[in-house]
Amino acid sequence: MDSAIKTEALTLSYGEHNIIDELDLAIPKGEITVFIGSNGCGKSTLLRSIARLLKPKSGSVLLNGEAIAKLPTKEVARKMSILPQSPAAPEGLTVMQLVKQGRYPYQSWLKQWSEEDEQKVEAALAATGLVELKDRPVDTLSGGQRQRAWIAMTLAQDTEFLLLDEPTTYLDMTHQIEILDLLFDLNEKENRTIIMVLHDLNLACRYAHHIVALKNKKVCAQGKPESIVNRSLVKEVFQMACEVTVDPLFGTPLCIPHGKGRYIVKESL
Amino acid sequence: MLLDKKTAAIFTGLLFLLIFTFLLSAGTGQLYISPLDVAKAILGFGSKLHTTVITSFRLPRIMVAMMVGMALAVAGGILQGIIRNPLASPDIIGLTSGASFAVVSFLALFSTENNALTVSISWLPIAAFAGAAITAFLVYFLAWKNGVSPVRLVLIGIGISALMQAGTTTMMILGPIYRASQANIWITGSVNGSKWTDASIVTPLVLVLMGIAFMLVRHLNVQELGEDIARGVGSKVQKQRLLLLLIATALTGSAVAFAGGIGFVGLMAPHIARRLVGSAFGALLPVAALIGAVLVIIADLAGRTLFDPLEIPAGVFTASIGAPYFIYLLYKTRNS
Repeated sequence: MDSAIKTEALTLSYGEHNIIDELDLAIPKGEITVFIGSNGCGKSTLLRSIARLLKPKSGSVLLNGEAIAKLPTKEVARKMSILPQSPAAPEGLTVMQLVKQGRYPYQSWLKQWSEEDEQKVEAALAATGLVELKDRPVDTLSGGQRQRAWIAMTLAQDTEFLLLDEPTTYLDMTHQIEILDLLFDLNEKENRTIIMVLHDLNLACRYAHHIVALKNKKVCAQGKPESIVNRSLVKEVFQMACEVTVDPLFGTPLCIPHGKGRYIVKESL
Repeated sequence: MLLDKKTAAIFTGLLFLLIFTFLLSAGTGQLYISPLDVAKAILGFGSKLHTTVITSFRLPRIMVAMMVGMALAVAGGILQGIIRNPLASPDIIGLTSGASFAVVSFLALFSTENNALTVSISWLPIAAFAGAAITAFLVYFLAWKNGVSPVRLVLIGIGISALMQAGTTTMMILGPIYRASQANIWITGSVNGSKWTDASIVTPLVLVLMGIAFMLVRHLNVQELGEDIARGVGSKVQKQRLLLLLIATALTGSAVAFAGGIGFVGLMAPHIARRLVGSAFGALLPVAALIGAVLVIIADLAGRTLFDPLEIPAGVFTASIGAPYFIYLLYKTRNS
């Protein structure tokens, strides 16, 4: 497997409490990888650590074979962008002004704003369908548009790797699909490697080429959704009884939880 | 990054407003001089009387008022960016009262029996700066808890501010009477008695500091998006936050050293600027600077003319507009 991001004996902790323990993980290049796991299993923590936002207790994250902690942060920012969970834009900041911030790692004292910066910003706005809205303040947009604006900012960063922490949280179903379709296109058309945390297992199965299931500070299973997602895995990772069937539209695994609810018996003719 | 047309128009409009208030203030007083004659006098074509009144008496204080307004506005803008809160300002997080405390302590501690100072008065700005700096770090340090939350910073700032004011009062009681009345000027904030020597120190100081601040807007822009985003795009957040805090502190220190605790300008000016040109600091800081300058010049003009021959410190006027403005902001942000 071709991979450009790896973790080696990565241990992450908040204080004394370890969240991830001695993890060796390789992220496949040019694919969409999704981290799944129950609340508090450390999937967001792992993503933040890969993006060098959290310092490991021990071990390291390697980007193209080099320890990310030792690389200049601007150099990392030209290869990898991260969208944290529910970011907030200051009042009155326009979409254009937000997206421009993605060019930060390419600027310096001498090189303030270039033609290339302008082009990348335009391209990011076009890819996210925000050209019409570019002068609107971010705080006046709908949830889905706002999330697209943030994604546009990370796209303007023009990186090979795109990391997103629950990009669909707080969005209604229409906007969830809209965001995930956008990311899927970016992977298909521009061959960007995408790593994200998703809550919805069914959407994860539909969009991910590679799933990493986390449990007890370790990777409990990883691989193609259709090869690994089954009843016993869901039981183990989420402590939930379910049936796994096949999505009638996409053919990807579809998980239907057991539990309570109204039960409608079809009347026989 | 080119400024858009709207920003350019607002900036130009405010620049003219500043020039107008400048000329108006220079012409108003016991001897009224029309703005045109003021301009003539400044450019060296005016009558001898006009020239003397304007250049010797009125200009230095207006220059100081303008610089102080700019310094406080830019300091406020920077603080609102790094703290990510529109309620942040040099007064609210205690910088102004820290600088005032240092200035009053300086006057009280280095005075002799004969009201002479034992050290040069030119150390005063440095004392003010040190006071602002120590307060800034104290507040930042105490507010730190896995990062600095805006609410913590404001609350601790208000606490430290109260402590500094108590210290200031103590120093005024302990120091010589003559110094106490001089100290009172600092606390309320006034540019009365500013001379060319003051103007010639504060002007280059504030201009250089503002220049540095304008060069750091890129960093300020990403800081305002939050720590994770800023680090994600490759900003050395801690280093730059420190640098920006230093600049804001130095600007506040310079303002307080020459005009005392002129309140609320650092809160209002950047906030009004944000309303006019949005949140990008490349536009916000220069516009805030102009608004700050206009505010302080008008406050000073009102202070010396409205109740003539009584002179009211400019700080009284900025506070009487600023305090209700602050309450309005608090009311508006109560749900967030």
